[in-house]
Amino acid sequence: MTTTVLAVAPIVVPLAAAAVSLIAGWRRAAAIGDVVAALSILVCGVALATEVGSQPVTGVGHLLRADSLTALMLIVIGAVGTLATWASIDYIDTELAEGTTTAADARQYATLVPLFLAAMSLAVLADNLGVIWTAIEATTIATAFLVGHRRTRQSLEATWKYVIVCSFGITLAFLGTVIIYLTSIHSGAATSSALDLDVLAAHASHLDPTLTRLAVGLLFVGFGAKAGLVPFHTWLADAHSQAPAPVSALMSGVLLAVAFSILLRLRVIADLALGDGYMRAMFLAIGLATLLVAVSLLIGQRDFKRLLAYSSLEQMGLLAVASATGNRLASAGVLLLIAAHGMAKAVLFLTAGQLQHAHRSTLIADVRGLLGRSRLLGATLAVALVGLVGLPPFGLFAAELAIARGMAADELAIPLGVAGLLLAVGLIAITRHGSGMLLGDADADAPSLAVPATSAAPLLVGITAFTALGVLGGPLTHLFAQAAAAVAGQ
Amino acid sequence: MTAATYLSGVELLAGGLLVATVAIVWRRDLAAMTRLLALQGLLLGAIPFLAGIYHGDGQLAAVGVVVASLRAGLFPRLLRARLRGEPAEDREAAPLVSTTASLLTAAVLIIVAYVVAAPIVDLAPSGPARAAPVGIAMVFIGVFVLVTRRKALSQVIGLLVLDNGIDAVAFVAAAGVPVIVELGVSLDVLLGVLVLGVLAGRMHAKFGGTDLDDLRELRE
Repeated sequence: MTTTVLAVAPIVVPLAAAAVSLIAGWRRAAAIGDVVAALSILVCGVALATEVGSQPVTGVGHLLRADSLTALMLIVIGAVGTLATWASIDYIDTELAEGTTTAADARQYATLVPLFLAAMSLAVLADNLGVIWTAIEATTIATAFLVGHRRTRQSLEATWKYVIVCSFGITLAFLGTVIIYLTSIHSGAATSSALDLDVLAAHASHLDPTLTRLAVGLLFVGFGAKAGLVPFHTWLADAHSQAPAPVSALMSGVLLAVAFSILLRLRVIADLALGDGYMRAMFLAIGLATLLVAVSLLIGQRDFKRLLAYSSLEQMGLLAVASATGNRLASAGVLLLIAAHGMAKAVLFLTAGQLQHAHRSTLIADVRGLLGRSRLLGATLAVALVGLVGLPPFGLFAAELAIARGMAADELAIPLGVAGLLLAVGLIAITRHGSGMLLGDADADAPSLAVPATSAAPLLVGITAFTALGVLGGPLTHLFAQAAAAVAGQ
Repeated sequence: MTAATYLSGVELLAGGLLVATVAIVWRRDLAAMTRLLALQGLLLGAIPFLAGIYHGDGQLAAVGVVVASLRAGLFPRLLRARLRGEPAEDREAAPLVSTTASLLTAAVLIIVAYVVAAPIVDLAPSGPARAAPVGIAMVFIGVFVLVTRRKALSQVIGLLVLDNGIDAVAFVAAAGVPVIVELGVSLDVLLGVLVLGVLAGRMHAKFGGTDLDDLRELRE
């Protein structure tokens, strides 16, 4: 009973918040309602983490299913969602005060953000692969007008490309879903439950191998498109750079991670049906290609929001390479990386939003001497960047260490070496661009960087949580280990 | 209805789907492409409807009616409403490749589809799953339309052909996906078409047309 409530609330509460915003429009109460919705996802995630053990629990018939990976993903969605919705209050208020958005668009924003959160919660809670598919596609629809919120030519272009590329990618995943459904019912599964994750895993050894290979390939490429993986990565930088900062934080911090978590679910089934070589080859090839594309575009980057976007792409590539091995150590590293990257990127995109607003520009060259001009923004940018490139004491360092040890233990030293080399180049690129923004003398006509309290608070909370995750890790360690076991190989 | 009548009925519908799909490749006029898309939706909905009657499964027949009313009724209507606002030069699909080359490509794609779909047919070679290659061919041709037609609405049409193809595979090889999934997918596709329609309208207002080659401000 309790678990059912905890599994239903992360979907229903944001839906209710969306309804309130739709009716009431942009009001302080409705905006706070969005924050409460995100917080409730976080609370349910924490509560579920204590409720579920090693066995998954199901609710609402077999529609919803929660295990420790679900709980962990809900915590990430809730944590980043809370920061993003909190920062949205000041973001939209400022836009309304300056006349850069209308009341109708503000209402739309306040309605779509919680819908987006609800769709992501459903994606990690659904048991049926078809429903997961529906939820992931729903995230595209919910975010389309959020990416296009600013209504400029560039944001319109980014939105069109985003919707077409992601819809196309996800449609391929639907074909994969249909094919795996065919093999599943052919292997004796009941039609109503043939797409349930546990049923697919139970029937894995009876699935037709030829069709399963085809289906898994399509599902990998399709959900990979939403995770920003090559070859459908092209939407990512455009959408992240054009979306309002809080939406960029959500997309980078959680949308990519939610889509990636589906690939981890898929690996469990594919490894049982096909042996672990198939997914390993795909994760390695696509992961390294994604890393290469991301790092090469980081080097000469001139726009700081695109820099952050390509850094997300880099992290997704690393996650894919690391997921080539199913051992528990590497899996725990992957999950810690998802959580730590989500928090770091949320803080970074919210900081970038403040910089963009003050400078009316997203060019790296326009931002100079930040540390001397604003203690808050200088500190959040510096700390989050140091954490992002994988230096201790932050979570990404521990995650990368676990991944390296896990991969080395599984005789994947060569891809590990290549990935390490690419990451080192990425580190240099990000450090060079970042130090240019942080250090040096500010231009004489540099704008003032006053951050209102409603925007400063989520930044401070975010950077504190990010640091705490790295330094303490403590209460979450058990959850990471348990969630890793849920997706690790047998 | 005998098993033989049912099978030939499904094959007739699949043949009609293939003809409608090739005709979409052949036409450049977006209004004509939309009409063909409606025909495709009708034929697609008829497959589960027929299967529902044959198996005496009312739910399946109802799914057929819903699919047909969405894909033959609502989607084309939405596209047409969008099309009416367009000036004459935006009512053509502006293909990157000539009609002859397009039709030849479609023929090759159909042959490839028969090869690719062979394992699906092998699951139940004597049943309606024999028509599965048609669905796969629609998927390929949908992708082809998507990448070679340079108008906003023609990309939407390509996506819908792709989607119809996947649904066709599901309907002939199994009695469609579970109802909850079919409903979710239909809702997503409906909302997706609405979103893309609104975006095409905005594009028109901002760029003075919906030529996708105008979308090139964002690049590295």
